[in-house]
Amino acid sequence: MIGLLVGAPLLGAAVLLCGGRRLDRAGHWLACLLSGASFVIGVLFFLDMLGRSGDDRSLHSHLWSWVPVEGFQADVAFQLDQLSMTFVLLITGVGTLIHIYSVGYMEHDPRRRRFFGYLNLFLAAMLLLVLADNYLLLYVGWEGVGLASYLLIGFWQDKPSAAAAAKKAFLVNRVGDAGLAIAIFLMFTTFGSFAFAPVLSSATDASEGKLTAVGLMLLLAACGKSAQVPLQSWLGDAMEGPTPVSALIHAATMVTAGVYLITRSGAIFNAAPDAQTVVVVVGAVTLLFGAIVGCAKDDIKKALAGSTMSQIGYMILAAGLGPIGYAFAIMHLVTHGFFKAGLFLGAGSVMHGMNDEVNMRHYGGLRKHMPVTFVTFGLGYLAIIGFPGLSGFFSKDQIIEAAFAKGGTQGWILGAVTLLGAAITAYYMTRVMAMTFFGEKRWKPDAEGNEPHPHESPRSMTIPMVVLAFGSVFAGGLFKFNESFVNWLEPVTQFEHGHSPLSATAVTSATVVALVIGVGAAWLQYGRRTVPSVAPRGSLLTRAARRDLLQDDFNHIVLVNGGTYLTRSLVYADNKVVDGAVNGTAATFGGLSGRLRRLQNGFARSYAVSMFGGAAVLIAATLLMRAV
Amino acid sequence: MSALGSAGAVPSLWMVAEGEKLKAPDIEFSQLSPTLIVLGVAALGIVLEAFLPRRSRYGAQVFVSLLGLAAAFAAVVALAATGSGGTKAQIAGMGAIAVDGPALFLQGTILLVAIVSVFIFAERRLEPSAPGAQVDSFAAQPASVPGGEGEREATKAGWTTTEVFPLLLFAVGGMLLFPAANDLLTLFIALEVFSLPLYLLCALARRRRLLSQEAAVKYFLLGAFSSAFLLFGTALLYGYAGTVNYSGIARVISNADATTDPVLAQTMGNDALLLIGGALVIMGLLFKVGAVPFHMWTPDVYQGAPTPVTGFMAAATKVAAFGALLRLLYVVLPGLRWDWRPVMWGVAILTMLAGALVAITQTDIKRLLAYSSIAHAGFLLAGVIATSEDGVSSVLFYLAAYSFVTLGAFAVVTLVRDAGGEATHLSKWAGLGRRSPLLAAVFAVFLLAFAGIPLTSGFAGKFAVFKAAAEGGAGPLVVVGVIASAIAAFFYLRVIVLMFFSEPQADGPSVAVPSVMTTSAIAVGVIVTIVLGVAPQYFLDLAGQAGVFVR
Repeated sequence: MIGLLVGAPLLGAAVLLCGGRRLDRAGHWLACLLSGASFVIGVLFFLDMLGRSGDDRSLHSHLWSWVPVEGFQADVAFQLDQLSMTFVLLITGVGTLIHIYSVGYMEHDPRRRRFFGYLNLFLAAMLLLVLADNYLLLYVGWEGVGLASYLLIGFWQDKPSAAAAAKKAFLVNRVGDAGLAIAIFLMFTTFGSFAFAPVLSSATDASEGKLTAVGLMLLLAACGKSAQVPLQSWLGDAMEGPTPVSALIHAATMVTAGVYLITRSGAIFNAAPDAQTVVVVVGAVTLLFGAIVGCAKDDIKKALAGSTMSQIGYMILAAGLGPIGYAFAIMHLVTHGFFKAGLFLGAGSVMHGMNDEVNMRHYGGLRKHMPVTFVTFGLGYLAIIGFPGLSGFFSKDQIIEAAFAKGGTQGWILGAVTLLGAAITAYYMTRVMAMTFFGEKRWKPDAEGNEPHPHESPRSMTIPMVVLAFGSVFAGGLFKFNESFVNWLEPVTQFEHGHSPLSATAVTSATVVALVIGVGAAWLQYGRRTVPSVAPRGSLLTRAARRDLLQDDFNHIVLVNGGTYLTRSLVYADNKVVDGAVNGTAATFGGLSGRLRRLQNGFARSYAVSMFGGAAVLIAATLLMRAV
Repeated sequence: MSALGSAGAVPSLWMVAEGEKLKAPDIEFSQLSPTLIVLGVAALGIVLEAFLPRRSRYGAQVFVSLLGLAAAFAAVVALAATGSGGTKAQIAGMGAIAVDGPALFLQGTILLVAIVSVFIFAERRLEPSAPGAQVDSFAAQPASVPGGEGEREATKAGWTTTEVFPLLLFAVGGMLLFPAANDLLTLFIALEVFSLPLYLLCALARRRRLLSQEAAVKYFLLGAFSSAFLLFGTALLYGYAGTVNYSGIARVISNADATTDPVLAQTMGNDALLLIGGALVIMGLLFKVGAVPFHMWTPDVYQGAPTPVTGFMAAATKVAAFGALLRLLYVVLPGLRWDWRPVMWGVAILTMLAGALVAITQTDIKRLLAYSSIAHAGFLLAGVIATSEDGVSSVLFYLAAYSFVTLGAFAVVTLVRDAGGEATHLSKWAGLGRRSPLLAAVFAVFLLAFAGIPLTSGFAGKFAVFKAAAEGGAGPLVVVGVIASAIAAFFYLRVIVLMFFSEPQADGPSVAVPSVMTTSAIAVGVIVTIVLGVAPQYFLDLAGQAGVFVR
């Protein structure tokens, strides 16, 4: 039955990708239907789960034995517990909304059927990732989402930039995937298994060194998939994909897989404090990194991508805090799934109305022309900056509090970083809001000279935005109410109350102050003043941030040039040494062959002589054997 | 002279004392039925040839041959089913013939090969330019002078040499006896019984008759030479042991038999006689399997003989000769293992390397396959040297797998033709994959099997043989074998590249559209190759059950 959750979208992907052109007309509705079916099944499971007590909620389903080898047992088996359930609902719920949105967004695309096939494939892989009961099967889902992401980023493959972005995402992700593979190898050698139950229950038996190694490799995997420093460079470029893809995969779901991985492997990290520290550092660095990049981008989607990076930084940081943070990491993940998906869909709606213009400097004053988009985007905006009472406020506030509760100097530093992050978040989001919806029109004709005529998007696009806006507003409060979310996850992730040196009220007040500072600064800069159509040169930091804080330059100089040099030397060595040896061998054999061939001269007499000689040699050898 | 020599429990047919009453030999006809059926049908074929009108000979011969071979195969299966291959294995014909697992397995293989060969022999639609004409691979009237008036007339009259079928059957009869022979004289007689028809068959090519006759003469001369080796070795072994019976000789070698024949007191127990005699007998067999340095006849004969005969020879002779070699080494000379193993190591290494190396520079497809068969003889020798039950069964499996690949490959060669008959020069094969994709693909399957690529029977066979050799302590031999395989892969793949990735020649050959005969022969080859490659276990088990010689 759990298999159906994965099976429905997988069926959709198979039918759509193999079905051919006859499905062009109705295929996208089939995809929506199967995605919706998966969601309904998920809800049924959820209701069923609510009916049982906390410790009795984990379901297990063994489908078949995958690699039945003595001493190496890999199964295709699913585990549906509260953590997986949360992800299932998020993935299928947001996924279904984005399927519906895409019906409108991709209406004129000739390859729409394929697009929906890929979307279904992504859903299936992502569900497999969160439902697997062992790391090996998780790895299958992990690679599956990587594939779907690659296919969807490069969906408009005729655009060289999209093709390059897809390739980049794939390559950077390979680095992380290698980390996951190594982590699984280490688990197998350490625990003799890679199923969750035996590994996580016996985690404390292993030496700390091994656990740290496993933890760091898992973190590397998480960095790749969740675009954390130092493997963050692909996410900005991934915005080349269609906007629904950015919303679903590169904001709400797939990029949070790293958070899932770390939370799921909590038992390993709990026993490896050094690995946890690295996790926290990565999260904190990325949090600021993404936020700064987000401030400088003029491309609306890239600004949002920077924001995604930064928000996932929050989650990773929270996950690195251990049992005081896991639940809040997941809670922020879910609320973020709502408001970030909503923001991306809003951005897509704006682009839809503006002839696919992405430069915010060419927007302005759109609130009158796109009222629904404005309101839903605005609610998402308020949620992400943590406006009191909305989703983001509750989840982010909890993380900041937990960061302080880490204790000691570390706690103060982390608390300060998260507060600073909150202020910058407020700054860059206000900037996006102001440049897009407020101020005067700065519209420009597109490449073909068509003047933009901004208009509200069709129903199929606005309804998902409205639904997501509801989520952005109410989800946080619902989760916080009576600590329902924390209690829900507690059997899986454990929970400890952190002891913050600051009172909850003080933290909340500080958060609100940071928020006000951020919004105010941005409003002064972008709301009150006219936004220039061409970006000013800007300070050194701004210019660096526009170039993604020089990450690509770094990668290019260190990795690309280094790699090129390495390959060149290897090719040289291959040509000279290896080929030399191979060609030399071939020439030797060829020459030998030609010489031996001459013995075959066609005369029966010389054949007889060779037989006779051979016989003599063999007899001599036989006798000699005895003599020796 | 003591009665019955020193053969002990098993009475020898060949040693009857003076003054003793000659007893009629006790023959177990049912046990020997496969050989008897085939020889009987061969004799019937001669009668048919003499009494039937020319027109109806072909149909009758093909029918009778197939029926006889099928009946003989049924007899083999029946014997195996009643346990003669295992628990009830015994020595029949007064100690002359063994009926045991290896013998029955090899006889079954030879009979199946022979059935498929009859199909290839019977193909009569080999002229692509004249689809209606009845053209087979054999000379219209072999006795006529090549290129002479007689030949022209015979061709014009549409005569065909239907004697090939009885000749084939006689050869098969000898081959059935060869691996089952349990004394050295029976071995020699079996050798001659199957060799003489083969010499004749080699001379019967319809095209390039001079080359064909030259091949036959060479084969005959060198074959006679090697027969002399075998016979001389037999004499020496008799001198050593006082018997020609396999188990009798083995007992003398292991000193189990203390009685000494007074007449042979001078020679019995003389180790020099044993070593030289054993080596000479082995050499006689190595000639037949085409091992270096007794391989020189192979390329010339394979090239000159009519291609169906080449295919039959390459497949069936190898099966029979390896069977005899196995029995000789495992039943007669196991006590001498430490003497013959190092020498056989050398022979196997030389055979693998020389076969693979010289094949690289071949330009004629039939010669290439000849050298390939030499290399394969080397691989088989590696399994023989294992001296274990696994070694025997791996060689049995390899032989079965290899013979069908070989038959199929040569059957394909018969179909690629130009004005001068078969277009055997490799340059003519360029681009064949574009003109006849199916035929080229089939040939590619056979080549891949020769090269030992997984999912073909060649891989399963080679793996079994190398595994047995490695477990039998012949690790270095396996290393050489793998290197030789790599070299061999080169020239097999080169042909595939040539067929599929080269531009076809303007005056390239055309491919005959064969009748159901060759088609089914090739189909059998492909099916066996794939089945033994994909699901070899059943047949490996079968060969495994047949791995014990009766003594």
